[in-house]
Amino acid sequence: MDTTLDKIEEKIQKGQRLSKEDGMALYASNDLARIGQMADTVRKRISGDFVYYNVNLHVNLTNICIGQCKFCAFGCKRTSDKAYELTKQSILDRIAKAAEDPDMRNLHIVSGLHPDWPYEHYLDIIKTIKKTFPTLHLKGFTGVEIMHFVKISGKSIETVLRELIAAGLEAMPGGGAEILDDSIRQKLCPNKATSAEWLEVARTAHKLGIKTNASMLYGHIETKEQRINHLLTLRALQDETGGLQTFICFPFQPKNTALEDSITRTSVWDDLKTMAISRLMLDNVHNIKAYWVMLTLPIAMLALGFGANDIDGTVGGEKIMHAAGVHSQKSLSKNTLIAAIKETGRIPAECDCNSNVIRTF
Amino acid sequence: MDELIKARQKARTGSRLSLEDALLLYQNASLLELGQWARAAKERHSGKNVYYNINRHLNLSNTCTASCPLCAFSVKEGDNRGYILSLEKITEIIKRAVQEAPALTEIHIVSSLCPDVEFSYYLDVLHTVRKLLPDVHIQAFTPVEIVHFAKISGKSIKEVLQCLKTAGLSSLPGGGAEILDDHIRQIICPDKASTAEWVETVKTAHRMGIPTNASILYGHIETLEQRLAHLFKLRAIQDETGGFGAFVSFPFYPQNTKLAELYPIKPLTAWENLKFIAISRLVLDNIDHIKAFWIMLSEEIAQLALAFGADDLDGTVGEEKIIHAAGAKTGSLMTRAHLSKMIVQAGYCPVERDSLYNPVKQPVSL
Repeated sequence: MDTTLDKIEEKIQKGQRLSKEDGMALYASNDLARIGQMADTVRKRISGDFVYYNVNLHVNLTNICIGQCKFCAFGCKRTSDKAYELTKQSILDRIAKAAEDPDMRNLHIVSGLHPDWPYEHYLDIIKTIKKTFPTLHLKGFTGVEIMHFVKISGKSIETVLRELIAAGLEAMPGGGAEILDDSIRQKLCPNKATSAEWLEVARTAHKLGIKTNASMLYGHIETKEQRINHLLTLRALQDETGGLQTFICFPFQPKNTALEDSITRTSVWDDLKTMAISRLMLDNVHNIKAYWVMLTLPIAMLALGFGANDIDGTVGGEKIMHAAGVHSQKSLSKNTLIAAIKETGRIPAECDCNSNVIRTF
Repeated sequence: MDELIKARQKARTGSRLSLEDALLLYQNASLLELGQWARAAKERHSGKNVYYNINRHLNLSNTCTASCPLCAFSVKEGDNRGYILSLEKITEIIKRAVQEAPALTEIHIVSSLCPDVEFSYYLDVLHTVRKLLPDVHIQAFTPVEIVHFAKISGKSIKEVLQCLKTAGLSSLPGGGAEILDDHIRQIICPDKASTAEWVETVKTAHRMGIPTNASILYGHIETLEQRLAHLFKLRAIQDETGGFGAFVSFPFYPQNTKLAELYPIKPLTAWENLKFIAISRLVLDNIDHIKAFWIMLSEEIAQLALAFGADDLDGTVGEEKIIHAAGAKTGSLMTRAHLSKMIVQAGYCPVERDSLYNPVKQPVSL
């Protein structure tokens, strides 16, 4: 038996917090089922047997982006022949079509950092959507987009967030965190929000009563230690604010990105281990998401055994991950998600963008 | 619930499970509990080793006298997709296989029950391969094919096996077991060897010193109880003969099969496949090796299976046709380096083996 794991297991049974060294030891171990089992124990304690999903639509307003991040297959220049900008009308049409499904409650709005659109354009879009579809929940704009709005508007983070909230924003996704380590960000995404800026946006949102998610993009140039540090940074933020509702691991998809030739996709082995370690380290975050769009549904199901308690949603319209060659389907029906969750012995819980349970199956 | 506590205790300590224990555990234990117990069981059988071999698959023909609703590979007599490999073609394939993989240790031959050739053809095939590769291990002909040979030659099972052995046969693969339950066989494969015939063939082979593998085809119309009962039938045979080298589970791929048109069949998930590998490892306490056949499971799930009790990734399989006909989306060749990497990443030692699990090379130390 692995004595290091024995000690970690003892801590977990006592409900004690894991240290950075514990996190590193978990990564060094290959006793995958045991690590998963520990994560499953913690998952049960923190979030019970519900598995959250939501019926949602992704709206990616534009792919034109000044970011030019090396890990991205979605963003492009205005001159690219794949560049697009959704007009206000086409956004409303899309939503209206998706809203024909009475269960559709949630919009997920994430986009490129457009070089010309003024900040007011985004406010206007949110206002218009909210006015047209008052019952839909709006989750939108990563910390990176908020920093972009700050720069183009000359306003403070707090003012921008207050205005977006007044316009109808109810929650924020967790993207753009990547790895919160500026040495990595300098190499991969030098044009976008720094670690401190990303954290400050999240902190400010939490102070204003807006819950946010947090993510980790892993499997590119980062070390295991940098992954653990990233989790600890988020844990410290959560100790301070309590405003992170869900953590999401994004395994890096190299296809069609600038890193395609030098990096291969992480193994599912690594993905499940990372899922479990995230659950174990982030002892103060309620939800750990297995994002099926990146993992594929069969692996997302397995991840539910490795600490996850959220499988995201039906995800109509997602473009960003699919641009990077993920093999999952474009969207899944609600019944498919429910059946998948039930097969793992858990309870499907349909929720809104703030994890409020609408009903269970 | 006392029974469940006892069953958990047995699984944890490696005591022999009953069918009732296996059912209780399958329905009540968590996937990762089963995985941990199965991993411990794996390490009792094969320590830190995980095996693979360099082999070549040959499917001699696809025209089949049986029309099993479970199969997407076979065609009827007269179908223009039908083929049978000539001895010249086989010679060519084998020569090319050796060029591509000089470390080849096994030729793996599984085919349809072909109406166009006599028993002597199969002996000629063995002679041909044996002449080209005197030292290679020839793992050929499932028990279902052996029963077919007995019928077309008028010989007994024992005589057929003796002729094949003399012609160069080394062992039998484990296919055709499907579910050893004649109610199920009546529906999924009515024209081929019955349960009794399959069992008699492997027992006869084992008694003659011809090892075989054992298999299951699951995830079609069988109940969970029938699926698990199959494992106990194999365990009983093994208690008697000790002739099974490895167990391999084939998840049923419904695509392109008649069975999927006739019955509503829910495709298996990775969850179920890993759970089944784990319970197989726990139940089959007398079979040394459990294969995670990457060609059916996908590389990623096969690697995960190493955390759920499997200790063999099978081979670098060239030109596999039967499973791909049913829609498996895997490639059909895998390099040794890639297999090794998958094993090392899972924390185990890659061991290149021959067909009888003797190391071909020294285990690579970690």
